[in-house]
Amino acid sequence: MALPSYTETRYRIWHYVYIAICTFVFFFLIAPLFVIFPLSFNAEEFLVFSEGMKNLDPDAFSLRWYKDMIYGTKNPWGLAAKNSFIIAIFATIGSIILGTLAALGLSSRHMPYKGLIMATLISPMIVPLIISGVAIFFFMAKAGLAATHTGIVLAHIILGTPFVVITVTATLSGFDHSVTRAAASLGSNPLNTFMKITLPLILPGVISGGLFAFVTSFDEVVVVLFLAGLENTTIPIQMWTGLREQLSPTILAVATCLIILSTLILLSAELLRRRSERLRGINR
Amino acid sequence: MSSETKQILTTDGIPLEVSLKKAEKKNKIKAFLLVAPLLLFLVITYIFPIGDMFMRSVDDRMVTNMLPKTFKAMENWENLDELPPEEVYRGFYEDYKLLAENQQHGKLGQRLNKEKNGFNTITKKLFRQIKRNKIDESVSIKEQINKIHKRWRNVEYWQAIKRTAPPYTAAKYLKGMDMYFAADGSIAQVNEDRRIHRILWLRTLEIAFFVTLFCFIMGYPIAHLLATLPMKYSNLLMICVLLPFWTSLLVRTASWMILLQQQGIVNDFFVMIGLVTDDNRPEMMYNKVGTYVAMTQILLPFMVLPLYSVMKTISPSLMRAGKSLGGTPFVAFLKVYFPLTIPGIGAGCLLVFILAIGYYITPALVGGASGTLISNQIAFHMKTTLDWSFASAMGLMLLSGVLIIYWIYNKLVGVDNIKLG
Repeated sequence: MALPSYTETRYRIWHYVYIAICTFVFFFLIAPLFVIFPLSFNAEEFLVFSEGMKNLDPDAFSLRWYKDMIYGTKNPWGLAAKNSFIIAIFATIGSIILGTLAALGLSSRHMPYKGLIMATLISPMIVPLIISGVAIFFFMAKAGLAATHTGIVLAHIILGTPFVVITVTATLSGFDHSVTRAAASLGSNPLNTFMKITLPLILPGVISGGLFAFVTSFDEVVVVLFLAGLENTTIPIQMWTGLREQLSPTILAVATCLIILSTLILLSAELLRRRSERLRGINR
Repeated sequence: MSSETKQILTTDGIPLEVSLKKAEKKNKIKAFLLVAPLLLFLVITYIFPIGDMFMRSVDDRMVTNMLPKTFKAMENWENLDELPPEEVYRGFYEDYKLLAENQQHGKLGQRLNKEKNGFNTITKKLFRQIKRNKIDESVSIKEQINKIHKRWRNVEYWQAIKRTAPPYTAAKYLKGMDMYFAADGSIAQVNEDRRIHRILWLRTLEIAFFVTLFCFIMGYPIAHLLATLPMKYSNLLMICVLLPFWTSLLVRTASWMILLQQQGIVNDFFVMIGLVTDDNRPEMMYNKVGTYVAMTQILLPFMVLPLYSVMKTISPSLMRAGKSLGGTPFVAFLKVYFPLTIPGIGAGCLLVFILAIGYYITPALVGGASGTLISNQIAFHMKTTLDWSFASAMGLMLLSGVLIIYWIYNKLVGVDNIKLG
């Protein structure tokens, strides 16, 4: 954003103030994430930068907290990671199936009570998590699903579907319905049309909604805290417990892994978004 | 249709109108069937349980079910300022005896004690008399019970029992606002030093409001920068917004716990620039400051993204036109650009406010005692005191607030306009 040469001094000053403010805000957003990396390699037990680290002494750095994360007997991170992945994968599949079907119905122009139904389907995203947690807990307790994987998966499907509904509906808004009619006129049955025509076209929206559902489930702690027993512990629960009791460097090692995971997810989401925009012919 | 105009028929010989309506109906059913699985799933697992929360929050059937004979007899208790007639005493005695046999009498005593202090003592005395078979059922029960303790002769205690008769109560909602039903049935305020819930509601609103304000102040400039920079730079900077957005909430809270601790980097920095002395480091965590800082950073992407998507659609030529018509850059911004961004501001602010008002995890970890919100209180009653009906009542009070905001949001922006990423 170069300034034109005729800019007055006060606007020039204002421009630099503006750039400074923006720099500060970007720093505020991103810097906290980067504190975690170096401290997770700390050789000592304290969560501050030791003198050795400040002098870049190689002895001050170690992988002991990563070893503790993987082999540590006290830390059930292995079980938690396994549970987290199983729950998130099933919740994602469930959210994708239910959410995509609903989005297909919702974007049909024949859909009755569209606004009301959309508001209902999106509600788990708007209702504060603590209230969702209480309500879902009451249901799961009555259904005998509290402290089971099934119960948590169902709960995460509830929380994850709104994202799929939103992203797929958005993708379908630019969808040319004449292609499905063309397929039908060429003798394709509805299922075949969906699999061969509709699905490939809306796939970016489906996958990006799926990513949201996955992250929601993988990161969810409020509802899980109500539902999980000892057997169903997940990474967020372990982190929550750890952060409440004592902030140990092992948590930072886990956090580093989670940041790497979220970076990967961010990159795939961005690639998908661009691909989807290209497919739908949106030029920016 | 007049008889002269010929009805248009399809090839099957059915009138076109009928055939079209049939097709329309078929399409409607088809669309609805696609939505049905999710709708049904949500109604069963989510919408009904929220209704269940409501039932629990107003449910007061415990005493009603425990003292059926008493309440039946109380229907004939006419002058409420005098002690009830013999039949009420007898009904109460019979109900209580049954409860004592089933070991349920303690629950009743505790529940009635909440209604009127001192009940626990006199019900226990009655229990002892019943256990020792001291009560003779062939003579007046009223006189025998009245002899057990002088409080049984006080009509206020019988009035208290009568007040518990209705199966539903709004008492939990009043408790959530630091009020209660007084002895005469009117609504009274609790003592000023015990009004904890009102403080929490106000604090929740205050924190949600200021977090929204901070997010707006910080989010507006960077959304503007992202929308006006050339694509190749803005894509890179966008990562600064999206990476926190995709990163685990607990990871971000953890990083603030490290930064804000007393020996943490923020304090180190303050000492370095001479703002505070080394032995006088301020406490920045476990209070409101921690909640504000962490929540602002965590919710900032939710402000930036809607703002950005609106600003992206504003053509830069509009600002140029404003300037060419003689406006200074400030005037052009204020009169042209800013009004065009108002839909984005509305969307971002409401989204952040809705999220902030129900926040739980971050305040619980960095908030300490003075930085916790109403959600923490709900969780406390769910897990620690196990007063689920009170937790439900407070949850629904919070929910109704959120739904009002959601409704405004829907009117202003429309739910289907929510954009993600």
